[in-house]
Formats: sequence, C-alpha cells, structure tokens
Amino acid sequence: MKPPAARAHRDMILEVANLTMRFGGLTAVDRVSFTALRGEITALIGPNGAGKTTLFNCITGFYRPSEGAIRLHRPGALPVDLHRLAGYRIARSGVARTFQNIRLFPGMTALENLLVAQHNTLMAASGWAVGAVLGLSRYPAAERAAIEVARRWLLATHLLDRADDPAGALPYGAQRRLEIARAMCSSPGGPALLCLDEPAAGLNPRESEELARLLLEIRADGTSILLIEHDMGVVMKISDRVVVLDHGRRIADAAPAAVRSDPKVIAAYLGEEGEEE
Amino acid sequence: MAYALQQLINGISLGMIYGLIAVGYTMVYGIIGMINFAHGDVFMIGAFIALITALLLSAGGMLDGPAAILLMLLISMAFTAFYGWTMERVAYRPLRGSFRLAPLITAIGLSIVLQNYVQVSQGARVKPMEALLPGGIEVMRDGGFVVQLSFTQMLIIGVTLAVLAVFTLLVTRTPLGRAMRACEQDRKMAALLGIDTDRTISLTFVIGAALAAVAGTMYLLRYGVIDFYIGFLAGVKAFTAAVLGGIGSLPGAVLGGLLIGLIETFWSAYFSVQYKDVAAFSILVLTLIFLPTGLLGRQEVEKV
Amino acid sequence: MTQASDDRSGESRGGLNRPPLPIPRALRDAAIAAAIAFGLFAVMVGLRTEVSPTGALVLRQRWAEVAMLCGIVFAGRLALTLWLGRRALRPTTAPGPWAVRLQQAGRFFAPALLAAALVLPIVSGGDRYLLDLGILVLTYVMLGWGLNIVVGLAGLLDLGYVAFYGIGAYSYALLSTHFGLSFWIGLPLAGIMAAFWGVLLGFPVLRLRGDYLAIVTLAFGEIIRVVLNNWVSLTGGPNGVSGIPRPSFFGLPFSMSGEPDTFAGFFGLEPSPSHRVIFLYYLILGLALLTNWVTIRLRRQPLGRAWEALREDEIACRALGINVTVTKLSAFALGAMFGGFAGAFFATRQAFVSPESFTFIESAIILAIVVLGGLGSQVGVAVAALVMIGGFELFRDLGEYRMLVFGGVMVVIMILRPRGLVGTRTPSVALGEKRAIGGDLVGEGRG
Ligand SMILES: Nc1ncnc2c1ncn2[C@@H]1O[C@H](COP(=O)(O)OP(=O)(O)OP(=O)(O)O)[C@@H](O)[C@H]1O
Ligand SMILES: [Mg+2]
Repeated sequence: MKPPAARAHRDMILEVANLTMRFGGLTAVDRVSFTALRGEITALIGPNGAGKTTLFNCITGFYRPSEGAIRLHRPGALPVDLHRLAGYRIARSGVARTFQNIRLFPGMTALENLLVAQHNTLMAASGWAVGAVLGLSRYPAAERAAIEVARRWLLATHLLDRADDPAGALPYGAQRRLEIARAMCSSPGGPALLCLDEPAAGLNPRESEELARLLLEIRADGTSILLIEHDMGVVMKISDRVVVLDHGRRIADAAPAAVRSDPKVIAAYLGEEGEEE
Repeated sequence: MAYALQQLINGISLGMIYGLIAVGYTMVYGIIGMINFAHGDVFMIGAFIALITALLLSAGGMLDGPAAILLMLLISMAFTAFYGWTMERVAYRPLRGSFRLAPLITAIGLSIVLQNYVQVSQGARVKPMEALLPGGIEVMRDGGFVVQLSFTQMLIIGVTLAVLAVFTLLVTRTPLGRAMRACEQDRKMAALLGIDTDRTISLTFVIGAALAAVAGTMYLLRYGVIDFYIGFLAGVKAFTAAVLGGIGSLPGAVLGGLLIGLIETFWSAYFSVQYKDVAAFSILVLTLIFLPTGLLGRQEVEKV
Repeated sequence: MTQASDDRSGESRGGLNRPPLPIPRALRDAAIAAAIAFGLFAVMVGLRTEVSPTGALVLRQRWAEVAMLCGIVFAGRLALTLWLGRRALRPTTAPGPWAVRLQQAGRFFAPALLAAALVLPIVSGGDRYLLDLGILVLTYVMLGWGLNIVVGLAGLLDLGYVAFYGIGAYSYALLSTHFGLSFWIGLPLAGIMAAFWGVLLGFPVLRLRGDYLAIVTLAFGEIIRVVLNNWVSLTGGPNGVSGIPRPSFFGLPFSMSGEPDTFAGFFGLEPSPSHRVIFLYYLILGLALLTNWVTIRLRRQPLGRAWEALREDEIACRALGINVTVTKLSAFALGAMFGGFAGAFFATRQAFVSPESFTFIESAIILAIVVLGGLGSQVGVAVAALVMIGGFELFRDLGEYRMLVFGGVMVVIMILRPRGLVGTRTPSVALGEKRAIGGDLVGEGRG
C-alpha cells in the first residue's frame, strides 16, 4: 500500500474536488474532495443517506453537480472533466457503473445484455446500421468478436450456462454478477474506472466471497474500482483505500485499518449526533 | 378593449367546461396512472342525457326555471356517473396492474364503442336545442360594440365554481378524499393500511364522470347543439388542459382548462378560427418541451 | 380460446376445472348484470331524440329494445357464469392454446402466410373485391410494422402515427400533381419527407416520457390534419388533392387501349383492369415486406438491440454509453419513413387524398393492431391486421354496428390478452438455442 505522500498526480484515475450536490434545500453531497488511484479499489462507505449514490450519479453524469469538479485521468490522455459531459459520453470515456437496485434489461438474454453494452463498438462496425442492413461484410466479424468478449465475461462471472436465459429470470446473485459483466463489456478492453453501487447487497456469504475474488481479478486486469459497499467484510478485505461520507461530508479518507479505528467513523455509524433529518 | 373583454368572458366560460372535464382526466391519471381516453365520450354522454332530460321535461311542460336546469344537471350526473362506474368495473378493473398499454388500448376501444353506441342509439344527426336561458346583461358599451355576459355564461361560471368548491371539500376534507390521495401516493401501501382501493378507484371514476356530466350539461346549454362526436375534441383539449396544468394536480386541471379556453377564444378572435385547435395543441407541445411537468405539477425526480 | 386442450394455459386461467357456481348464485349475478344494463340503456336507448319535421327535437320511446338488450345481457352473463365459472374471464399473458400451436408451427406459419399472400392474386382469379381487401389489409400490415418499430421495439408510445402516413400521402400527391414526378421518384421522397418530419417532431419531444409523449404525438397528428384541412392554397383543404397519377409499371401505364407502350400491349396481354389492381397488390406486398425485412435485420444488429434495450431500461442504456436521443430519433424517423411510404402508396392507389383519411381513429387502429398483435412481434402484427381489418370488412353487413363491434372486440381482446396475441419475445442472438422469453419479463417502455 502506498503511503499518502506518494499519491502523486500521475497515479490518479479520478479526482473529485469540492463536489456539492443540492436538491432544493437538501445538500446531499457537501464539498467532498478525494482522489482514487489507478489500479486500486477505493471504497466509499457511510451510513444510509450519506450521499454515496448521489456522488456516483454525479460522477456518471446522471446529476449535474451544483458545484465542484470531477476529473478523469487516463494514462496517455488528457484529463477529462466529467462534470461537463453528457451521461453517455462519460460512459464512452471509460467510466462504467452498476446500480444499487439492479438495472438489467430483464426481457433480454444475458448474452444480449452484454452485446448491448458493446453498442458503440458494434455500431461503428455496422456502419451506423445502414451498412449492416445492406449486408456490409465487416459486421459479422465484429459481432463474433463481441460475442467472444461477452463469452469471456460470462465465464468469469459463472454465467456461461445461463447465457440464453432472460436476465430478469436469473437469481438475484446472478443478476448482480451479470450487471458487473455488462459494465466490464461497456468499453473496448474494459473500462478505466468501474463504479459499483453496493454489489454485495443481498448476496449470501459464499457469493460475497466470490464477488470479492471477481473484483480483485478485475483490478488485476487494470480496471480501477470505486466501490460503495455496506458489507464491511468485503470492504476491509479488498479495498486499498476507504473514503467515508456522513451527511454528505467526507469525514475520513485513509487505509482500511485506519478507518476502522477512526472514532469519527464509529460515531457516524452509531449515529451519536442523533439529529436525523 | 370591449372586444377583448367579451373574448375574456367567452374564454372563461369555455375554459370552465374544459376544466371540469380535465379534472376527471387528472384524477384518474393521478390514481391509476392511465389516460382514460374514453373520458371525453363520457362528457358527450352527459350532454346527451341532459338533452334527453330536457326533452322529457318539455314534454311534461316543465322545462323552465332553475329547477329544470337543476334537474337536468342532477339526472345527467347520476346516469353518467353510472356509465363511469360500469366502464371502470367492466373494462379497466380486470387490467389493473397489467401492462401499461393494455388499459390505454382498452380506453381507446371504449371510446370507439361509446361514440358508435350513441351514434346507433341516438342517430348521427346533430341535435339542436333551443336556448333555455336567453338573454344576458350588458356589461359595457363601447361605440357600437356591446359586451354581453349571457345568463348561460353566468350559470356556467356559477355552477362550475360551486361544483369545484364542493369537489375540493370532498377531496381535502372527507375520508374518501384522504383515501383517494393515499391511493395516489402509493396504492399498495394504502391497501395494506386497510383502504379499499378498488372502491376508491371506482368512486374516482364516478366522481370524474359526474363532473364530466356537469360539463356536458353546460356545453349543451351554452352551444345548443351536440352530436356523438363532440367528446373527441373536447376530450383531447381537456387532456391537454390537464397536462398543461400539471397532470395529477386538481387546481392545475382547472387552471389548464381556463388557459386552453382563453387561448382558443383569443386565437379565434384575433387570428383565425380555423387554426384555433392548432393554437391549443401548439401551446401544449411548447409547455411540455419547456415545462415538462406542467404549470402546477409536482417535479418528478428521476431516482437512479 | 375456451377449449383448454393445453393444460398450461388451463391452469393459469384457473377457472376451467372449478365446479360451476350453483344456479341461484348465477341467476342473481345475471339479474344484477341485467339491472346494470337497464340503468345504462334506459335513457340512452329507451329514449331516442329525433328531429321532427317541424325541426324541433322530439323523443321516441323504445322500451322493447331496452328490454331486449337487458335480456341479452342477462342471458349472456348467465351463460358465461354457468359455463366458465365466475372468475374465468381473467387477463392472461400465458400463451393461449392456439398461440402455443402458432409458436410450434412458427417455422412454417410465417412462410405459409407469406406464400398465401404471394399466390392470392393468382388463385383469386382477379377477383376485384378480394384483391382490394388484400391491398387494404397489407397497407395496415405495413403501417403496423412501421409503428411496431417505434412502439414495439423502442417502446415509444406514438399516438399520432397517422400524421406520417398523411405527410407521405400528401408529399407524393403534391409532388406528382405539381411537378409531375413519377411514383418511383415520389415514393422515396415521400418517405424522406415523413422521416424529416419525424426527426423535427422527435427532437424536442423525445425527452418526454410515457403519456406525455403519447399526448404530444396525438396533438401533432391533429395539428397536421387541421393544417391539411385549412391550408387551401397548398392542399386543397377539405376537397383534397385529386388527379394523382396512377402508378405505371416502370414507365408502362396500365391502360385499356392495348397500345404497345402500355403494360398490356408491351407484354402482349389482353388489356384488363385487373392488371393494375394486381400490380398495386404486389407493390404494397413488396413495400410491406421491405419494412419487415429491414426490421428483422435491424433487430439482430446493434441499433435494433439498442431500441429494445431502451424499451427495457433507458437509464441503464445511458450508463452504457448509448446516445439515447439519437437512438430514439432513429426509431422514430424510420417508423415515420415507412409510414410515409405507405402514404405514398395510398395516394397513388386512390388517386385522391383528403384530410379525412388521416384522422386520429386511424392512428388508434394502427396502434391497436400493434398492441393486439403483440408488441415487437412481426407475425403477431400481421395476424392482428388480418383479423382486425379483414374481419372489419367481412362484417360489412353489420352496417352502422360495425364500428361498435370493432371497438368492443378491441376491448375484449385486451382484457383477455393484455399482451396481445404473441406475448413472447424471441432473442436476437444466442449461444445455444433461441428460447422465447415470457411477456411478463419484457418491458414495454416508459416513453
Ligand atoms: N433526486 C433526488 N432528489 C432529492 N433528494 C435526493 C435525490 N437523490 C437523493 N436524494 C437525497 O440525498 C440523500 C443522499 O441519498 P443517497 O441515495 O446518495 O444516499 P446513499 O448514501 O446512497 O444511501 P444508501 O446507503 O441508503 O444507498 C438522501 O437524503 C436522499 O433522500
Ligand atoms: Mg445508495
């Protein structure tokens, strides 16, 4: 693990600066700053309603932040100001995400879900649909390649035998895994940053274990991860760094072991302030 | 100036009619989230029942005075409400909780059924009725132009306000109103808390149909001619009004109705009569583009 | 529908194996139904308003009719309860017995339907009525398939589809009468024109969701109709545009003269008026098949898959980098284009267009065909068009009751089969074998 001093600029994948998100009178995210390093798993934890999902929604372009900046640093490329981009462009610049309440395409098969994720690649290969309708020869090869990618991720998530089942009919744990597989398919060669919103929610201990292993594999493949999670077992085991939010504010940002013993964090989780909205 | 004032009066009385129909749309939409496409035709049925009542009264030589109008209103409301109830019971209830498009297609089918039912049972010809309340008061005279507030218009405005007042009390002050609002917020939860949601929804249709009957009666009195097809355009405009006001919002429906009535009247008066419907619809399109939740609608947050 | 030969559907409907209700209960039920019917019909049927010779309205009493209607309701309700049990008439998404058979025979059914369509002009022996009916049905099949792209695949509720049909028809009508453009040039232009308007309308409104989109498209359809009706200098107003050139067989006109530069003369045939009808029949069949072919191909490709994904979950699409607006717009424009083609065909077939042909009821019928057929199902839409339009024509004898029955059938089908005739979805791609996906998993879009 790198000491804080070594958190150099060139190692950053995501930089969140002074991010604020207000809904009417409610400040869901309040001047939050942190950085996530490339090749690391950065966990984002905090009690219910702390603003974690809202932060994700700002990063992935579903909400436009009231103030502050979000910057994506990809190796060999200029930094991208995510807070200025439309949602679908953020995804195209290499940020993938999953949702707290699973959002698959329930009436489409697992395989189709993963092909939709590769839409932009396939669309280009199909000559923006016109070519492929007229029988462009490049398209079938591109589709075969896309199916190969999908097959790889189905295998990695133990879903290969369910490839032709509708996503909506899969068991809960399988749906969670499929959503991760889909996010991983969304950029050619895998996304630069994967944002997971409570991927272990509703999983049994064995499934959580498997999930942790999957995330470590993904990290090893070169995708940095931003992880919202309530399951402290998973968080402590796999994250490299933990950012803690409470009432929209960042109250801690440290290595897992340090966070665990931080009195402010303990207080936040026990709700000592007592003044709930 | 005088001309504009006259248009204002005309616009308000027309808008009141749209508003009454719009309330029915908005209530049903609020509570079960469907466009009750047949609601315009319920309004048409209301107008027909009022007409038939008037003819019955006139056959008995009793067609004059406020009592006759009151009787027309009440009978039309009662029978039209019955139509509303039956419609919900037979066509919509089996589809509760089903796919969103199924009730919509059913509603369109019902609209076709109601129109053709009236065409078959009452004939396709336009039905004229002589004015019940001729005359009016002179509000202003400007050169040769006389601004008139007809008794019918006064009646429309008075009755609509009274009906809406009663209706508002019903929704805000009674257990039924509370149940309706509860169902609107969360039907499952309301059912768990012991609210008979089926009955509440039925009553919503009944009330909506009764209001449409009031609108139908007023329409008959004001314009004096009806046919089986009046429901379509009035219905679409009333729905436009509901959306303009912010669908699901009751004051919004009335406000939207007034606006549509005014826009239509002023447009016909100053620009062209032919394009008055275009004006109303264009306003709708523009509102939705720039103000997607309507004037008084609740902001719909997209929770991700 | 009631022969529960298929045990799966029998179970799901649940009413069939239950003992029928005791007769007194059933009688009471029927009596209540009859009382309700009396309440409904007493005023509206029992008292008919008629314009007397003096011009005043009078009432004519028709209590016999009311009694008859109540009797029918009583008997109908009684028969239904005794026969099926009280809860038999329930909506179901389970494939009905014949739908299952249709699926089993799916491999052969669609080709059989196609073959039947292909040989119809030959076996009908040039029967004018049958061919005209065929043309009508095929026009609606094409419109249904075009709208299916928008509503069935992309999940965008369009209540103003007829506007594009009308734009196509008027585009061709005006281009051909003013500039003398031939059908084969006018046709693509009409399609492009409709698609252009689709984009123009779609751009601002596709952000709207669900019923808002529905009402805006409806309003758009009405606006187009009102404009067609009132812009007399361009469109001829309510009188429409007449004298639209009939289509020629690639330059060879259909004429009774039999000269060498006419169709009959060129091919050395006996001149016959049925040549043109047969040509029109194959023309619309070809156009419909083109729509079908493009749709089927697109469905297996990224664009079509993105449409379906959009219908399933728009937010997830955005998170995957799909440009939602462009994707929706493409569906809208393509659907509009096919509507425009159909419109151009309509104009050339009728040789006359007027705003009356493009009322809301047309949109409603096309939408009903799509929904009754089963959203997204090509075969279902074709069957629904055949049943609805063909059936509508067959019941010509019903006269003024025809539309009433039409609406009633729509309601009943929806109540019994809310997901339409073919409620399942076939995956566009599979590693192994493609298995149909049940309708209750498939989304229907919010937009
Ligand atoms: N679109 C919105 N409009 C208004 N308020 C919102 C919106 N989205 C979130 N909020 C509010 O912002 C606050 C933070 O919500 P958020 O969903 O980000 O919490 P969270 O940390 O993800 O909680 P959980 O662990 O329960 O998922 C909550 O009070 C929530 O009600
Ligand atoms: Mg959350």
